[in-house]
Amino acid sequence: MGLKRFRGRRLIAALLYTGMGFPPVVIGLFVYLLLSRNGVLGSLNWSFLPKLFTPAAMVVAQTVIAFPLVAGFTMAAVMGVDPQLRQQLLSLGATPRQAAVTVLMEARLGVIVAIAAGFGGIISEVGAVMLVGGNIEGRTRVLTTAIVLETRKGNFELALALGGVLLLLTFLANLVMLRLQGKVFDE
Amino acid sequence: MSEARLSDPIYRLKNLTKVYGERRVLNIATLEVYRGEILALVGPSGSGKSTLLRLLNFLEPPSEGVIEFEGVEYGVNQSPKLEKRRQVVAVFQRPMLLNRSVWDNAAYGLRLRGEHDTRSQVQRALAQVGLEGLAQQRAHTLSGGEAQRVALARAIAIHPQVLLLDEPTANLDPYNVGLIEGIVQRLNREQGTTLVLVTHNIFQARRLAQRVAFLLDGQIIEMGEVGQFFDAPQDARTRAFIRGEMIY
Ligand SMILES: Nc1ncnc2c1ncn2[C@@H]1O[C@H](COP(=O)(O)OP(=O)(O)O)[C@@H](O)[C@H]1O
Ligand SMILES: [Mg+2]
Repeated sequence: MGLKRFRGRRLIAALLYTGMGFPPVVIGLFVYLLLSRNGVLGSLNWSFLPKLFTPAAMVVAQTVIAFPLVAGFTMAAVMGVDPQLRQQLLSLGATPRQAAVTVLMEARLGVIVAIAAGFGGIISEVGAVMLVGGNIEGRTRVLTTAIVLETRKGNFELALALGGVLLLLTFLANLVMLRLQGKVFDE
Repeated sequence: MSEARLSDPIYRLKNLTKVYGERRVLNIATLEVYRGEILALVGPSGSGKSTLLRLLNFLEPPSEGVIEFEGVEYGVNQSPKLEKRRQVVAVFQRPMLLNRSVWDNAAYGLRLRGEHDTRSQVQRALAQVGLEGLAQQRAHTLSGGEAQRVALARAIAIHPQVLLLDEPTANLDPYNVGLIEGIVQRLNREQGTTLVLVTHNIFQARRLAQRVAFLLDGQIIEMGEVGQFFDAPQDARTRAFIRGEMIY
């Protein structure tokens, strides 16, 4: 996307950017409606489609939420790389694939930001996973939905502890990503 | 360099055109590049010099005509195999280095080719451009002249048959211009690398080239041995260009 100019590139970019700003809970609603037994896809009863209130359904929703974030930020990062670079890599004997990999490497700061944004979007998600997963204990309950539940029940201490775990997880994940950015970031 | 050696064509262009949109930016009836020569392409800005280099580098196909390279003809829809394309490399006016060390930049072309034992070749390429001392420095911290020499090192590390130079010394200080001219001259003399040099500096063309071609509006107006080209140009437009009367 970032590398080539083609018909419909603008449209796809516009869709991606819209997707980036889309309320996750609405995406959850769409996935819910699609997968529910009376929904467009659910009524087809295809076996490879995940059933509502299963972890697989949550993965579907989360993927739909994260994809525009990751793709959009990655595209922006790659477009920020001078197009002359690709030309010079090809001249040095890179195959189109090798050139794409190198350009991604050059944009690694932005690519990691993209992954971090996707991760952040997913791990903090409440509404969509609640809708699609159903917050079933031991099956589709995740940290965020558990926090909501425990707070409602008045178990503030447990909710706080869970919140701490969530924070720690997010922090660790971002630490790993910072390490990946490594030297580039230090400059 | 013997005359016999300088008449064996490595490239042979026939009725080559390149069209962008509605505009025909290149229209070359015939052009030969001899193995082991330094050919300078001069001409005002926008005359198609860079486009011609891109075609010689097989980065873009021609719109019409054929490019014969090492005896094999490539037409509009035939691009050479990877190994053939990899015998040609270009150095551009604005070097785009990777955000890595000088060493890694110089090794890039060899790594692309899947070569593992790149040490001695990289070392030699860096020595050729006088940058052994900066091997571990990050490329983005180099001066303009140093960066261009790294670009030259990563190009010559792969031992190309043909080195295409697109205004490699524009915007550089006289010291680095001198260095780079010396490097490419040595490369041509000692390793027999064929050089096609695009420059709008006619003095540089005169210093380096054995033959010179004058490009105007995508066409070769005049081409000849360097002495004859500068001392007895045939075409009035060539004379105007050499005298610096052509606006560019
Ligand atoms: N990718 C392209 N698309 C459209 N026009 C181009 C492209 N590349 C070059 N041109 C046009 O072709 C002409 C020749 O350009 P170029 O080969 O860069 O000239 P030079 O290197 O001699 O200055 C210019 O008018 C330029 O605008
Ligand atoms: Mg040019």
